Amino acid sequence: MEVIDLAWWKLGLAALLVLALAATGYLARLGITRNLLIAALRTLIQLALIGLVLEALFASAAFYWIALMALIMLLVAGREVVARQGRRLRGWWAFSIGTGAMFVSSFTVTILALTVVIGPEPWYAPQYAIPLLGMMLGNTMTGVSLALDRLNESVWRQRAVIENRLMLGQTWQQALEDIRRDAMRSGMMPSINAMAAAGIVSLPGMMTGQILAGSPPAVAVKYQILVMLIITVGTGFGAVMAVTWGGRRLFDDRERLRLDRLVSGVL
Amino acid sequence: MTDLVLENLGVGTLSGVSLTVPGGQVVCLSGASGSGKSRLLRAVADLEPHDGRISLTGTGQQDIPAHQWRSRVVMVPADSQWWFDKVGGHFADDAGARLPSALGFPPEVMGWSVSRLSSGERQRLALWRALALKPEALLLDEPTANLDNDSTETIEAWLLDEIRRRQIAVLWVAHDPAQIQRVANAHYRIQGTTLERVHGSD
Repeated sequence: MEVIDLAWWKLGLAALLVLALAATGYLARLGITRNLLIAALRTLIQLALIGLVLEALFASAAFYWIALMALIMLLVAGREVVARQGRRLRGWWAFSIGTGAMFVSSFTVTILALTVVIGPEPWYAPQYAIPLLGMMLGNTMTGVSLALDRLNESVWRQRAVIENRLMLGQTWQQALEDIRRDAMRSGMMPSINAMAAAGIVSLPGMMTGQILAGSPPAVAVKYQILVMLIITVGTGFGAVMAVTWGGRRLFDDRERLRLDRLVSGVL
Repeated sequence: MTDLVLENLGVGTLSGVSLTVPGGQVVCLSGASGSGKSRLLRAVADLEPHDGRISLTGTGQQDIPAHQWRSRVVMVPADSQWWFDKVGGHFADDAGARLPSALGFPPEVMGWSVSRLSSGERQRLALWRALALKPEALLLDEPTANLDNDSTETIEAWLLDEIRRRQIAVLWVAHDPAQIQRVANAHYRIQGTTLERVHGSD
């Protein structure tokens, strides 16, 4: 089956629909027009650019270009994790912990999936490596930022409880136990929900895309299962590391709660 | 013999605080609100960065892990916190059976939910929660602030009895002169940036 290419002018038809929605929003004073148009424009520009980059990357397939692309994706994700936390650790800690956790978990799992499970030749073949890493990073980023946001916010609110537990001789890990569990749950929930609803409520985007591109559904389903499993694993380990390192940093070497290490506000 | 010794302690605006609390004795601290009484207790519990040296029967505060120090030198804050739904979750399994009658609770209290406790009940249970850990020193921050006169004296008598019997060294923040009169073996008042010993019957 041949894939039907989309002519640019046909995308214009879809864009006209967005303009119609924007006009409706403007006339009805719904206050979404501006954000809608800016976001639509960003999608257009960002995806057109990444299309060019991927074309070039696929053509060259040199390892260092792929590594550079992966590094840029990681750093942007790291910045996003910081921006999504209402309260975050002061200085470089917020960025380092979020980025470190994402790096260890998503890169390890992606490389494992590439070398052991899928096995393209070479293992870093960009057609496989970049989309896989992108999906891993995107989901790990959500999990890590939700977990860290919950951790910091709960610690801030429950200062008195944590200190009272410390006063009774508990270790910092014991005093943080409930909060750590909550933070993990909120980081893992999107992946767990996505797995539970997959195929029944929603047809996952990657599988849909592959079917549109002409893959037999049986193959697309196998890739989708692989991706959902490794996404969950990557998100889970990422959240575990972020919560462990972030929690440790909230206490000093005398196991005192150090809320002065948190700052609040938007980036 | 237990001894809680503070040498040249400095925390916040306070400095040069030196005193010794022998086991089985109560040293009362008083001072205007905001003068740093609670902070001083927090420093002794090592919850607050501070200068100087603190030791318990020869063991320096900084020589053992902080949670070990805090399980021997237990602080009871003015406003106790409860994090499980049921009272019993905050106690070891046998603490309910050993519940002292002076506290005025039936043994079923361990099954009560925390939300139905009054502030006075929480305060009394917080004292027992700390004592059930068998501490060598206790740091009490206004332990009877939420109690009426009758139960204040009952709790004081029970606390003093436990303190003497188990030879616990106690730092007790209080503001009521009559209470200080009743419980203190020594009394210090915060004056500006220093701690001054109060002599005689005031």
